Amino acid sequence: MEKLLEILSGLHPDVDFSTTTDLVDDGILDSLDIVTLVTEIHAEFDVTIPAEEIVPENFNSADALMALIEKLDEE
Amino acid sequence: MRKNILTYLEDTAARLPDKLAFSTGKEGMTFSEVQKGAAAIGSFLAKRSFYGEPVVIFMDKHPRTVTSFFGVIYAGCFYVCLDEKMPEARMRAILDSVCPRIILCDKKNQKAAEALGIGEVFLYDDIAGGEIDRDELLTVRRRQCDTDAIYVVFTSGSTGMPKGVVACHRSVIDYTDALSDALGFSEETVFANQTPLYFDAPLKELMPTLKFGATTYFVPKMLFSFPVRLIEYLNEYRINTVCWVVSAFVQISSLGALDTMIPRYLTKVAFGSEVFPRAQYDLWRKALPEAEFYNLYGPTEATGMSCYWRADRALATDEPIPVGVPFDNTDVLLLTEENTRAEQGEVGEICLRGTCVTLGYYRNPEKTAEVFTQNPLNSAYPEVIYRTGDIGRYNEHGELVFVCRKDSQIKHMGHRIELGEIESAALKQTGVSRACCLYDADGKRIALFFVGEISEAEMQQELSLYLPRYMMPAVLRSLDAMPLTDNGKIDRRKLLEWAKAEA
Repeated sequence: MEKLLEILSGLHPDVDFSTTTDLVDDGILDSLDIVTLVTEIHAEFDVTIPAEEIVPENFNSADALMALIEKLDEE
Repeated sequence: MRKNILTYLEDTAARLPDKLAFSTGKEGMTFSEVQKGAAAIGSFLAKRSFYGEPVVIFMDKHPRTVTSFFGVIYAGCFYVCLDEKMPEARMRAILDSVCPRIILCDKKNQKAAEALGIGEVFLYDDIAGGEIDRDELLTVRRRQCDTDAIYVVFTSGSTGMPKGVVACHRSVIDYTDALSDALGFSEETVFANQTPLYFDAPLKELMPTLKFGATTYFVPKMLFSFPVRLIEYLNEYRINTVCWVVSAFVQISSLGALDTMIPRYLTKVAFGSEVFPRAQYDLWRKALPEAEFYNLYGPTEATGMSCYWRADRALATDEPIPVGVPFDNTDVLLLTEENTRAEQGEVGEICLRGTCVTLGYYRNPEKTAEVFTQNPLNSAYPEVIYRTGDIGRYNEHGELVFVCRKDSQIKHMGHRIELGEIESAALKQTGVSRACCLYDADGKRIALFFVGEISEAEMQQELSLYLPRYMMPAVLRSLDAMPLTDNGKIDRRKLLEWAKAEA
Protein backbone atom coordinates (compact mmCIF):
# COMPACT_ATOMS: atom_id res chain seq x y z
CA MET A 1 0.00 0.00 0.00
CA GLU A 2 2.83 2.37 0.82
CA LYS A 3 4.29 1.95 -2.63
CA LEU A 4 0.94 2.75 -4.19
CA LEU A 5 0.46 5.86 -2.04
CA GLU A 6 3.90 6.98 -3.09
CA ILE A 7 2.98 6.66 -6.77
CA LEU A 8 -0.28 8.55 -6.22
CA SER A 9 1.37 11.33 -4.22
CA GLY A 10 3.87 11.70 -7.03
CA LEU A 11 0.95 12.65 -9.30
CA HIS A 12 -0.78 15.05 -6.90
CA PRO A 13 1.35 15.94 -3.86
CA ASP A 14 -1.48 18.09 -2.46
CA VAL A 15 -4.05 15.28 -2.17
CA ASP A 16 -4.38 12.99 0.87
CA PHE A 17 -4.83 9.69 -0.94
CA SER A 18 -5.25 7.61 2.22
CA THR A 19 -8.66 9.20 2.88
CA THR A 20 -10.03 10.50 -0.44
CA THR A 21 -12.63 8.22 -2.02
CA ASP A 22 -13.82 10.17 -5.07
CA LEU A 23 -10.62 10.68 -7.01
CA VAL A 24 -12.38 10.22 -10.34
CA ASP A 25 -15.80 11.69 -9.57
CA ASP A 26 -14.12 14.79 -8.15
CA GLY A 27 -11.98 15.16 -11.25
CA ILE A 28 -8.68 14.82 -9.34
CA LEU A 29 -7.38 12.10 -11.66
CA ASP A 30 -7.39 12.95 -15.36
CA SER A 31 -6.67 10.75 -18.37
CA LEU A 32 -2.93 11.40 -18.14
CA ASP A 33 -2.97 10.22 -14.50
CA ILE A 34 -4.86 7.06 -15.40
CA VAL A 35 -2.35 6.06 -18.08
CA THR A 36 0.51 6.90 -15.74
CA LEU A 37 -1.01 4.76 -12.97
CA VAL A 38 -1.53 1.80 -15.28
CA THR A 39 2.11 2.02 -16.39
CA GLU A 40 3.59 2.61 -12.92
CA ILE A 41 1.57 -0.19 -11.37
CA HIS A 42 2.81 -2.50 -14.07
CA ALA A 43 6.40 -1.51 -13.34
CA GLU A 44 6.10 -1.58 -9.56
CA PHE A 45 3.78 -4.53 -8.89
CA ASP A 46 4.26 -6.51 -12.10
CA VAL A 47 0.52 -6.69 -12.75
CA THR A 48 -1.12 -5.62 -16.00
CA ILE A 49 -4.45 -3.89 -15.55
CA PRO A 50 -6.65 -5.08 -18.40
CA ALA A 51 -8.85 -2.54 -20.20
CA GLU A 52 -12.05 -3.90 -18.65
CA GLU A 53 -10.69 -3.12 -15.17
CA ILE A 54 -9.81 0.48 -16.11
CA VAL A 55 -13.09 1.83 -14.77
CA PRO A 56 -13.85 4.67 -12.33
CA GLU A 57 -14.80 2.30 -9.47
CA ASN A 58 -11.28 0.89 -9.41
CA PHE A 59 -9.59 4.31 -9.41
CA ASN A 60 -11.76 6.29 -7.01
CA SER A 61 -9.61 5.53 -3.97
CA ALA A 62 -6.23 4.10 -3.07
CA ASP A 63 -8.05 1.24 -1.30
CA ALA A 64 -10.00 0.30 -4.42
CA LEU A 65 -6.85 0.42 -6.52
CA MET A 66 -4.95 -1.72 -3.99
CA ALA A 67 -7.77 -4.27 -3.95
CA LEU A 68 -7.60 -4.43 -7.75
CA ILE A 69 -3.82 -4.96 -7.69
CA GLU A 70 -4.18 -7.76 -5.13
CA LYS A 71 -6.94 -9.41 -7.12
CA LEU A 72 -4.91 -9.29 -10.33
CA ASP A 73 -1.83 -10.52 -8.51
CA GLU A 74 -3.66 -13.65 -7.34
CA GLU A 75 -4.94 -14.50 -10.80
CA MET B 1 -28.29 32.21 -51.07
CA ARG B 2 -27.67 31.07 -47.52
CA LYS B 3 -26.04 33.96 -45.74
CA ASN B 4 -26.80 33.35 -42.08
CA ILE B 5 -25.98 30.18 -40.14
CA LEU B 6 -29.25 30.56 -38.19
CA THR B 7 -31.18 29.51 -41.29
CA TYR B 8 -29.77 25.99 -40.83
CA LEU B 9 -31.33 25.95 -37.36
CA GLU B 10 -34.61 27.48 -38.48
CA ASP B 11 -35.03 25.14 -41.46
CA THR B 12 -34.34 22.07 -39.39
CA ALA B 13 -36.47 23.19 -36.43
CA ALA B 14 -39.39 23.57 -38.87
CA ARG B 15 -38.75 20.19 -40.50
CA LEU B 16 -37.81 18.08 -37.45
CA PRO B 17 -39.04 20.05 -34.42
CA ASP B 18 -39.12 17.13 -31.99
CA LYS B 19 -35.93 15.39 -32.99
CA LEU B 20 -33.11 15.32 -30.45
CA ALA B 21 -30.47 17.84 -31.51
CA PHE B 22 -27.94 17.93 -28.69
CA SER B 23 -27.61 15.74 -25.62
CA THR B 24 -25.22 14.85 -22.83
CA GLY B 25 -26.83 11.44 -22.65
CA LYS B 26 -28.69 12.42 -19.50
CA GLU B 27 -30.13 15.73 -20.70
CA GLY B 28 -31.02 16.73 -24.22
CA MET B 29 -32.76 19.41 -26.28
CA THR B 30 -34.76 19.09 -29.50
CA PHE B 31 -34.28 21.34 -32.52
CA SER B 32 -37.43 23.24 -31.64
CA GLU B 33 -36.22 23.79 -28.05
CA VAL B 34 -32.82 24.98 -29.25
CA GLN B 35 -34.41 27.35 -31.76
CA LYS B 36 -36.91 28.83 -29.31
CA GLY B 37 -34.30 29.21 -26.58
CA ALA B 38 -31.89 30.88 -28.99
CA ALA B 39 -34.59 33.23 -30.33
CA ALA B 40 -35.53 34.23 -26.76
CA ILE B 41 -31.91 34.93 -25.84
CA GLY B 42 -31.53 36.86 -29.10
CA SER B 43 -34.62 38.95 -28.34
CA PHE B 44 -33.38 39.75 -24.85
CA LEU B 45 -29.99 40.93 -26.11
CA ALA B 46 -31.34 42.74 -29.17
CA LYS B 47 -33.83 44.75 -27.12
CA ARG B 48 -30.95 46.04 -25.06
CA SER B 49 -29.14 47.06 -28.29
CA PHE B 50 -26.01 45.01 -27.99
CA TYR B 51 -25.76 44.61 -31.78
CA GLY B 52 -22.28 43.78 -33.04
CA GLU B 53 -20.80 43.30 -29.58
CA PRO B 54 -19.02 40.34 -28.00
CA VAL B 55 -21.05 38.26 -25.54
CA VAL B 56 -19.17 35.95 -23.24
CA ILE B 57 -20.67 32.51 -22.58
CA PHE B 58 -19.47 31.02 -19.31
CA MET B 59 -21.14 27.62 -19.13
CA ASP B 60 -20.40 23.90 -18.87
CA LYS B 61 -20.63 21.76 -21.97
CA HIS B 62 -24.37 21.24 -22.43
CA PRO B 63 -27.10 21.75 -25.08
CA ARG B 64 -27.88 25.04 -23.26
CA THR B 65 -24.40 26.32 -24.13
CA VAL B 66 -24.91 25.71 -27.83
CA THR B 67 -28.36 27.31 -27.61
CA SER B 68 -26.67 30.37 -26.10
CA PHE B 69 -24.21 30.55 -29.00
CA PHE B 70 -27.08 30.79 -31.46
CA GLY B 71 -28.94 33.19 -29.18
CA VAL B 72 -25.98 35.55 -29.31
CA ILE B 73 -25.95 35.34 -33.11
CA TYR B 74 -29.72 36.02 -33.21
CA ALA B 75 -28.92 39.36 -31.58
CA GLY B 76 -26.34 40.16 -34.25
CA CYS B 77 -23.56 39.67 -31.69
CA PHE B 78 -20.65 37.23 -31.60
CA TYR B 79 -19.86 34.76 -28.86
CA VAL B 80 -16.72 34.10 -26.86
CA CYS B 81 -16.84 30.91 -24.81
CA LEU B 82 -15.14 30.48 -21.44
CA ASP B 83 -14.81 27.32 -19.39
CA GLU B 84 -14.39 26.86 -15.65
CA LYS B 85 -11.39 24.60 -16.27
CA MET B 86 -9.46 27.28 -18.16
CA PRO B 87 -6.39 28.48 -16.30
CA GLU B 88 -7.09 31.78 -14.54
CA ALA B 89 -4.39 33.67 -16.48
CA ARG B 90 -5.80 32.54 -19.81
CA MET B 91 -9.31 33.56 -18.85
CA ARG B 92 -8.05 37.00 -17.77
CA ALA B 93 -6.14 37.47 -20.99
CA ILE B 94 -9.25 36.63 -23.01
CA LEU B 95 -11.47 38.97 -20.99
CA ASP B 96 -8.93 41.79 -21.23
CA SER B 97 -8.94 41.40 -24.97
CA VAL B 98 -12.71 41.17 -25.35
CA CYS B 99 -13.93 43.57 -22.60
CA PRO B 100 -17.49 42.19 -22.72
CA ARG B 101 -20.47 44.16 -21.42
CA ILE B 102 -22.41 40.93 -20.93
CA ILE B 103 -21.69 37.48 -19.61
CA LEU B 104 -24.22 34.68 -20.01
CA CYS B 105 -23.79 31.84 -17.53
CA ASP B 106 -25.45 28.75 -16.12
CA LYS B 107 -26.27 28.29 -12.43
CA LYS B 108 -23.13 26.31 -11.76
CA ASN B 109 -20.82 29.05 -13.02
CA GLN B 110 -22.83 32.03 -11.76
CA LYS B 111 -20.62 32.77 -8.75
CA ALA B 112 -17.44 32.40 -10.78
CA ALA B 113 -18.86 34.65 -13.50
CA GLU B 114 -19.83 37.35 -11.00
CA ALA B 115 -16.42 37.09 -9.35
CA LEU B 116 -14.78 38.09 -12.64
CA GLY B 117 -15.98 41.62 -11.97
CA ILE B 118 -16.49 42.35 -15.66
CA GLY B 119 -19.76 43.24 -17.37
CA GLU B 120 -23.30 42.39 -16.40
CA VAL B 121 -23.97 38.71 -15.62
CA PHE B 122 -27.20 37.09 -16.82
CA LEU B 123 -28.42 33.60 -16.02
CA TYR B 124 -29.40 31.37 -18.94
CA ASP B 125 -32.45 30.05 -17.10
CA ASP B 126 -33.79 33.60 -16.62
CA ILE B 127 -33.59 34.46 -20.31
CA ALA B 128 -33.99 31.35 -22.46
CA GLY B 129 -37.63 30.85 -21.48
CA GLY B 130 -38.45 34.50 -22.15
CA GLU B 131 -40.50 36.23 -24.79
CA ILE B 132 -39.54 36.02 -28.46
CA ASP B 133 -39.75 39.43 -30.12
CA ARG B 134 -40.12 38.63 -33.82
CA ASP B 135 -39.99 42.26 -34.97
CA GLU B 136 -36.79 42.90 -33.09
CA LEU B 137 -35.18 39.74 -34.51
CA LEU B 138 -36.30 40.66 -38.01
CA THR B 139 -34.72 44.10 -37.66
CA VAL B 140 -31.46 42.46 -36.67
CA ARG B 141 -31.68 39.96 -39.51
CA ARG B 142 -32.14 42.71 -42.09
CA ARG B 143 -29.01 44.43 -40.86
CA GLN B 144 -26.83 41.29 -40.77
CA CYS B 145 -24.35 40.57 -43.56
CA ASP B 146 -22.66 37.24 -44.10
CA THR B 147 -19.34 38.90 -43.33
CA ASP B 148 -20.45 39.70 -39.76
CA ALA B 149 -18.48 38.03 -36.98
CA ILE B 150 -20.25 35.18 -35.20
CA TYR B 151 -17.56 34.01 -32.79
CA VAL B 152 -14.08 34.65 -31.53
CA VAL B 153 -12.12 31.52 -30.67
CA PHE B 154 -8.88 31.90 -28.76
CA THR B 155 -5.99 29.69 -29.85
CA SER B 156 -3.31 28.62 -27.44
CA GLY B 157 -0.63 30.77 -29.08
CA SER B 158 2.89 29.42 -28.87
CA THR B 159 4.03 32.53 -27.02
CA GLY B 160 1.47 31.93 -24.29
CA MET B 161 -0.59 34.98 -25.23
CA PRO B 162 -3.92 33.75 -26.61
CA LYS B 163 -4.94 35.12 -30.01
CA GLY B 164 -8.62 35.50 -30.82
CA VAL B 165 -9.61 34.27 -34.27
CA VAL B 166 -12.69 36.05 -35.64
CA ALA B 167 -14.95 34.07 -37.99
CA CYS B 168 -18.05 35.15 -39.88
CA HIS B 169 -21.24 33.49 -41.19
CA ARG B 170 -19.82 33.13 -44.69
CA SER B 171 -16.75 31.08 -43.78
CA VAL B 172 -18.67 28.85 -41.37
CA ILE B 173 -21.35 28.13 -43.99
CA ASP B 174 -18.62 27.40 -46.54
CA TYR B 175 -16.86 25.08 -44.08
CA THR B 176 -20.06 23.29 -43.07
CA ASP B 177 -21.04 22.56 -46.66
CA ALA B 178 -17.56 21.49 -47.78
CA LEU B 179 -16.90 19.28 -44.75
CA SER B 180 -20.33 17.65 -44.98
CA ASP B 181 -19.88 16.90 -48.69
CA ALA B 182 -16.44 15.41 -48.16
CA LEU B 183 -17.38 13.20 -45.22
CA GLY B 184 -20.96 12.44 -46.27
CA PHE B 185 -22.96 13.52 -43.23
CA SER B 186 -26.76 13.13 -43.22
CA GLU B 187 -29.84 13.15 -41.02
CA GLU B 188 -28.81 9.67 -39.82
CA THR B 189 -25.48 10.94 -38.48
CA VAL B 190 -25.03 10.59 -34.73
CA PHE B 191 -21.94 12.43 -33.50
CA ALA B 192 -20.05 12.03 -30.24
CA ASN B 193 -18.29 15.30 -29.46
CA GLN B 194 -14.93 15.24 -27.67
CA THR B 195 -13.43 18.73 -27.99
CA PRO B 196 -14.27 21.65 -25.68
CA LEU B 197 -16.87 24.11 -26.95
CA TYR B 198 -14.52 27.08 -26.65
CA PHE B 199 -12.55 25.97 -29.72
CA ASP B 200 -13.51 25.85 -33.38
CA ALA B 201 -13.20 22.05 -33.35
CA PRO B 202 -16.82 21.39 -32.22
CA LEU B 203 -18.14 23.19 -35.33
CA LYS B 204 -17.54 19.84 -37.06
CA GLU B 205 -20.42 18.40 -35.06
CA LEU B 206 -22.57 21.41 -34.22
CA MET B 207 -23.01 22.79 -37.73
CA PRO B 208 -23.76 19.56 -39.63
CA THR B 209 -26.18 18.69 -36.82
CA LEU B 210 -28.12 21.87 -37.62
CA LYS B 211 -27.75 21.50 -41.36
CA PHE B 212 -29.04 17.92 -41.63
CA GLY B 213 -31.04 17.47 -38.46
CA ALA B 214 -28.44 15.02 -37.14
CA THR B 215 -27.74 14.51 -33.41
CA THR B 216 -24.68 15.34 -31.33
CA TYR B 217 -23.89 13.77 -27.96
CA PHE B 218 -21.50 15.63 -25.67
CA VAL B 219 -19.43 12.85 -24.14
CA PRO B 220 -18.58 13.47 -20.47
CA LYS B 221 -14.87 14.29 -20.36
CA MET B 222 -14.23 11.74 -17.62
CA LEU B 223 -15.07 8.88 -20.00
CA PHE B 224 -12.00 9.63 -22.09
CA SER B 225 -9.93 8.30 -19.17
CA PHE B 226 -11.82 5.00 -19.15
CA PRO B 227 -11.82 3.56 -22.67
CA VAL B 228 -14.17 0.63 -22.11
CA ARG B 229 -16.77 2.89 -20.49
CA LEU B 230 -16.35 5.29 -23.38
CA ILE B 231 -17.02 2.53 -25.91
CA GLU B 232 -20.07 1.46 -23.87
CA TYR B 233 -21.33 5.05 -24.13
CA LEU B 234 -20.77 5.10 -27.90
CA ASN B 235 -22.69 1.85 -28.22
CA GLU B 236 -25.51 2.91 -25.90
CA TYR B 237 -26.26 5.98 -28.03
CA ARG B 238 -25.45 4.26 -31.33
CA ILE B 239 -22.79 6.78 -32.24
CA ASN B 240 -21.82 6.34 -35.89
CA THR B 241 -19.50 9.31 -36.43
CA VAL B 242 -16.60 10.72 -34.42
CA CYS B 243 -14.25 13.62 -35.22
CA TRP B 244 -11.68 13.57 -32.42
CA VAL B 245 -8.12 14.62 -31.77
CA VAL B 246 -5.60 11.83 -32.24
CA SER B 247 -4.76 11.59 -28.53
CA ALA B 248 -8.33 10.49 -27.74
CA PHE B 249 -8.03 7.55 -30.15
CA VAL B 250 -4.59 6.64 -28.86
CA GLN B 251 -5.84 6.59 -25.27
CA ILE B 252 -8.36 3.90 -26.25
CA SER B 253 -6.13 1.74 -28.40
CA SER B 254 -2.98 1.94 -26.29
CA LEU B 255 -4.81 0.73 -23.17
CA GLY B 256 -5.96 -2.33 -25.08
CA ALA B 257 -9.67 -1.47 -25.01
CA LEU B 258 -10.26 -2.44 -28.65
CA ASP B 259 -9.41 -6.06 -27.77
CA THR B 260 -12.24 -6.05 -25.24
CA MET B 261 -14.97 -4.11 -26.95
CA ILE B 262 -15.68 -2.51 -30.31
CA PRO B 263 -17.65 0.71 -30.91
CA ARG B 264 -19.92 -1.31 -33.15
CA TYR B 265 -22.04 1.44 -34.70
CA LEU B 266 -19.05 3.55 -35.79
CA THR B 267 -18.94 3.95 -39.56
CA LYS B 268 -17.06 7.25 -39.88
CA VAL B 269 -13.86 7.94 -38.00
CA ALA B 270 -12.28 11.34 -38.54
CA PHE B 271 -9.14 12.36 -36.71
CA GLY B 272 -6.86 15.33 -36.88
CA SER B 273 -4.88 18.12 -35.26
CA GLU B 274 -1.93 15.81 -34.66
CA VAL B 275 0.03 13.09 -36.41
CA PHE B 276 -1.55 9.67 -35.80
CA PRO B 277 1.21 7.22 -34.78
CA ARG B 278 1.01 4.49 -37.41
CA ALA B 279 0.93 1.50 -35.04
CA GLN B 280 -2.07 2.96 -33.17
CA TYR B 281 -3.80 3.93 -36.41
CA ASP B 282 -3.36 0.36 -37.65
CA LEU B 283 -4.98 -0.99 -34.47
CA TRP B 284 -8.05 1.13 -35.20
CA ARG B 285 -8.19 0.08 -38.84
CA LYS B 286 -8.00 -3.55 -37.79
CA ALA B 287 -10.71 -3.13 -35.15
CA LEU B 288 -13.10 -1.37 -37.56
CA PRO B 289 -12.37 -2.80 -41.00
CA GLU B 290 -15.69 -1.59 -42.46
CA ALA B 291 -15.49 2.01 -41.21
CA GLU B 292 -14.38 4.99 -43.31
CA PHE B 293 -11.34 6.76 -41.89
CA TYR B 294 -10.47 10.38 -42.59
CA ASN B 295 -7.45 12.43 -41.70
CA LEU B 296 -8.44 16.08 -41.29
CA TYR B 297 -6.07 18.99 -41.37
CA GLY B 298 -6.60 22.69 -40.92
CA PRO B 299 -5.99 25.74 -38.77
CA THR B 300 -8.53 27.72 -36.70
CA GLU B 301 -7.54 30.72 -38.85
CA ALA B 302 -9.13 29.04 -41.89
CA THR B 303 -12.35 28.36 -39.91
CA GLY B 304 -11.68 24.72 -39.06
CA MET B 305 -10.42 21.96 -41.25
CA SER B 306 -9.13 22.75 -44.72
CA CYS B 307 -7.92 19.43 -46.13
CA TYR B 308 -8.92 15.79 -45.81
CA TRP B 309 -7.60 12.41 -46.80
CA ARG B 310 -9.93 9.46 -47.06
CA ALA B 311 -8.08 6.31 -46.12
CA ASP B 312 -8.99 4.28 -49.17
CA ARG B 313 -5.59 2.87 -49.99
CA ALA B 314 -3.10 0.92 -47.89
CA LEU B 315 -0.11 2.90 -46.71
CA ALA B 316 3.48 1.72 -46.94
CA THR B 317 4.93 0.66 -43.59
CA ASP B 318 6.65 3.92 -42.79
CA GLU B 319 4.48 6.20 -44.90
CA PRO B 320 2.96 9.13 -42.98
CA ILE B 321 -0.82 9.49 -43.16
CA PRO B 322 -1.38 12.14 -45.86
CA VAL B 323 -3.25 15.38 -45.27
CA GLY B 324 -4.77 14.79 -48.68
CA VAL B 325 -6.64 17.34 -50.75
CA PRO B 326 -8.30 20.66 -49.90
CA PHE B 327 -12.04 20.88 -49.33
CA ASP B 328 -14.19 22.24 -52.13
CA ASN B 329 -13.78 26.02 -52.50
CA THR B 330 -10.45 25.99 -50.64
CA ASP B 331 -7.11 26.27 -52.40
CA VAL B 332 -3.73 25.27 -51.01
CA LEU B 333 -0.68 27.26 -52.07
CA LEU B 334 2.57 25.52 -51.21
CA LEU B 335 5.05 28.38 -51.07
CA THR B 336 8.83 28.23 -50.89
CA GLU B 337 10.85 30.72 -48.86
CA GLU B 338 11.16 32.79 -52.05
CA ASN B 339 7.35 32.91 -52.27
CA THR B 340 7.19 30.78 -55.38
CA ARG B 341 5.19 27.59 -55.86
CA ALA B 342 7.01 24.54 -54.52
CA GLU B 343 7.80 21.98 -57.23
CA GLN B 344 6.65 18.37 -57.03
CA GLY B 345 8.45 16.75 -54.09
CA GLU B 346 9.79 20.08 -52.82
CA VAL B 347 8.72 21.34 -49.39
CA GLY B 348 6.94 24.63 -48.85
CA GLU B 349 4.74 26.48 -46.39
CA ILE B 350 1.09 25.46 -46.57
CA CYS B 351 -0.94 28.62 -47.32
CA LEU B 352 -4.70 28.72 -47.70
CA ARG B 353 -6.86 30.73 -50.03
CA GLY B 354 -10.63 31.05 -50.24
CA THR B 355 -13.77 31.91 -48.29
CA CYS B 356 -12.48 29.71 -45.45
CA VAL B 357 -9.91 32.36 -44.47
CA THR B 358 -11.22 34.04 -41.32
CA LEU B 359 -11.35 37.77 -40.63
CA GLY B 360 -8.11 37.87 -38.59
CA TYR B 361 -7.09 38.21 -34.95
CA TYR B 362 -9.27 40.19 -32.58
CA ARG B 363 -7.77 43.58 -31.63
CA ASN B 364 -4.39 42.46 -32.87
CA PRO B 365 -3.46 44.09 -36.18
CA GLU B 366 0.26 43.26 -35.83
CA LYS B 367 -0.22 39.51 -35.47
CA THR B 368 -2.92 39.60 -38.14
CA ALA B 369 -0.59 41.29 -40.64
CA GLU B 370 2.09 38.67 -40.03
CA VAL B 371 0.06 35.69 -41.21
CA PHE B 372 -2.99 37.05 -43.07
CA THR B 373 -1.01 38.39 -46.01
CA GLN B 374 -1.41 39.37 -49.62
CA ASN B 375 -1.18 36.38 -51.94
CA PRO B 376 2.41 36.75 -53.22
CA LEU B 377 1.40 35.12 -56.51
CA ASN B 378 -1.14 37.88 -57.17
CA SER B 379 0.17 41.39 -57.71
CA ALA B 380 -2.96 42.66 -59.44
CA TYR B 381 -5.52 43.20 -56.64
CA PRO B 382 -5.94 42.63 -52.89
CA GLU B 383 -6.29 38.96 -52.02
CA VAL B 384 -5.68 37.67 -48.52
CA ILE B 385 -4.21 34.25 -47.86
CA TYR B 386 -3.47 32.62 -44.51
CA ARG B 387 0.05 31.35 -43.90
CA THR B 388 -0.24 28.30 -41.62
CA GLY B 389 3.39 28.02 -40.56
CA ASP B 390 3.14 24.33 -41.44
CA ILE B 391 5.57 22.81 -43.91
CA GLY B 392 4.21 20.31 -46.42
CA ARG B 393 4.97 18.61 -49.70
CA TYR B 394 3.07 16.61 -52.32
CA ASN B 395 3.62 12.84 -52.51
CA GLU B 396 3.60 10.79 -55.70
CA HIS B 397 -0.19 10.46 -55.48
CA GLY B 398 -0.51 14.24 -55.61
CA GLU B 399 -1.66 14.27 -52.00
CA LEU B 400 -0.48 16.91 -49.58
CA VAL B 401 1.67 15.56 -46.74
CA PHE B 402 2.38 17.42 -43.52
CA VAL B 403 6.12 17.53 -42.90
CA CYS B 404 6.54 19.64 -39.78
CA ARG B 405 5.93 23.03 -38.22
CA LYS B 406 7.99 25.81 -39.79
CA ASP B 407 9.47 26.56 -36.37
CA SER B 408 10.44 22.92 -35.92
CA GLN B 409 13.04 23.28 -38.66
CA ILE B 410 16.00 24.19 -36.54
CA LYS B 411 19.60 25.11 -37.06
CA HIS B 412 21.74 23.08 -34.68
CA MET B 413 25.53 22.76 -34.70
CA GLY B 414 25.50 24.28 -38.16
CA HIS B 415 23.05 21.71 -39.51
CA ARG B 416 19.53 22.23 -40.64
CA ILE B 417 17.44 19.70 -38.73
CA GLU B 418 13.88 18.56 -39.04
CA LEU B 419 12.54 17.68 -35.58
CA GLY B 420 9.75 15.69 -37.23
CA GLU B 421 12.37 13.34 -38.66
CA ILE B 422 13.59 12.51 -35.17
CA GLU B 423 10.01 11.89 -34.07
CA SER B 424 9.42 9.55 -37.01
CA ALA B 425 12.57 7.62 -36.18
CA ALA B 426 11.40 7.22 -32.59
CA LEU B 427 7.94 6.09 -33.68
CA LYS B 428 9.44 3.37 -35.86
CA GLN B 429 10.55 1.48 -32.75
CA THR B 430 8.28 -1.39 -31.78
CA GLY B 431 5.98 -0.60 -28.89
CA VAL B 432 6.45 3.17 -29.08
CA SER B 433 3.00 4.78 -29.19
CA ARG B 434 3.89 8.48 -29.03
CA ALA B 435 6.90 10.67 -29.57
CA CYS B 436 7.46 14.40 -29.42
CA CYS B 437 10.66 16.20 -30.28
CA LEU B 438 11.43 19.80 -29.31
CA TYR B 439 14.29 22.22 -29.45
CA ASP B 440 15.39 24.18 -26.43
CA ALA B 441 16.78 27.18 -28.28
CA ASP B 442 18.29 28.73 -25.12
CA GLY B 443 20.15 25.61 -24.08
CA LYS B 444 20.70 24.66 -27.74
CA ARG B 445 19.59 21.10 -27.06
CA ILE B 446 17.27 18.68 -28.82
CA ALA B 447 14.83 16.94 -26.50
CA LEU B 448 12.86 13.83 -27.28
CA PHE B 449 9.98 12.55 -25.16
CA PHE B 450 8.36 9.22 -25.91
CA VAL B 451 5.81 6.79 -24.57
CA GLY B 452 6.56 3.12 -25.14
CA GLU B 453 7.76 -0.20 -23.91
CA ILE B 454 11.46 0.35 -24.58
CA SER B 455 13.91 1.95 -22.16
CA GLU B 456 15.69 5.26 -22.69
CA ALA B 457 18.95 3.40 -23.27
CA GLU B 458 17.36 1.16 -25.88
CA MET B 459 15.83 4.19 -27.60
CA GLN B 460 19.24 5.88 -27.65
CA GLN B 461 20.75 2.76 -29.19
CA GLU B 462 18.02 2.44 -31.83
CA LEU B 463 18.05 6.09 -32.81
CA SER B 464 21.79 6.00 -33.39
CA LEU B 465 21.10 3.48 -36.17
CA TYR B 466 18.84 5.96 -37.95
CA LEU B 467 20.15 9.41 -37.13
CA PRO B 468 23.44 11.21 -37.64
CA ARG B 469 25.29 12.28 -34.48
CA TYR B 470 24.19 15.92 -34.73
CA MET B 471 20.53 14.90 -34.73
CA MET B 472 20.74 12.78 -31.60
CA PRO B 473 18.63 14.24 -28.77
CA ALA B 474 20.62 15.53 -25.82
CA VAL B 475 17.60 15.04 -23.58
CA LEU B 476 15.85 11.72 -24.05
CA ARG B 477 13.01 10.85 -21.70
CA SER B 478 10.57 8.01 -21.50
CA LEU B 479 7.15 9.04 -20.16
CA ASP B 480 4.20 6.98 -18.96
CA ALA B 481 1.93 9.31 -20.93
CA MET B 482 2.13 12.58 -22.84
CA PRO B 483 0.85 15.70 -21.08
CA LEU B 484 -2.16 17.04 -22.99
CA THR B 485 -3.61 20.50 -23.64
CA ASP B 486 -7.27 21.42 -22.99
CA ASN B 487 -8.03 20.34 -26.52
CA GLY B 488 -6.48 16.94 -25.92
CA LYS B 489 -3.36 17.49 -28.02
CA ILE B 490 0.22 16.91 -26.85
CA ASP B 491 1.18 19.84 -24.64
CA ARG B 492 4.42 20.92 -26.33
CA ARG B 493 4.88 23.92 -24.08
CA LYS B 494 4.88 21.77 -20.97
CA LEU B 495 7.36 19.38 -22.59
CA LEU B 496 9.63 22.28 -23.45
CA GLU B 497 9.52 23.42 -19.81
CA TRP B 498 10.54 19.93 -18.73
CA ALA B 499 13.34 19.92 -21.29
CA LYS B 500 14.61 23.26 -20.01
CA ALA B 501 14.38 22.03 -16.42
CA GLU B 502 16.82 19.25 -17.26
CA ALA B 503 19.47 21.75 -18.27
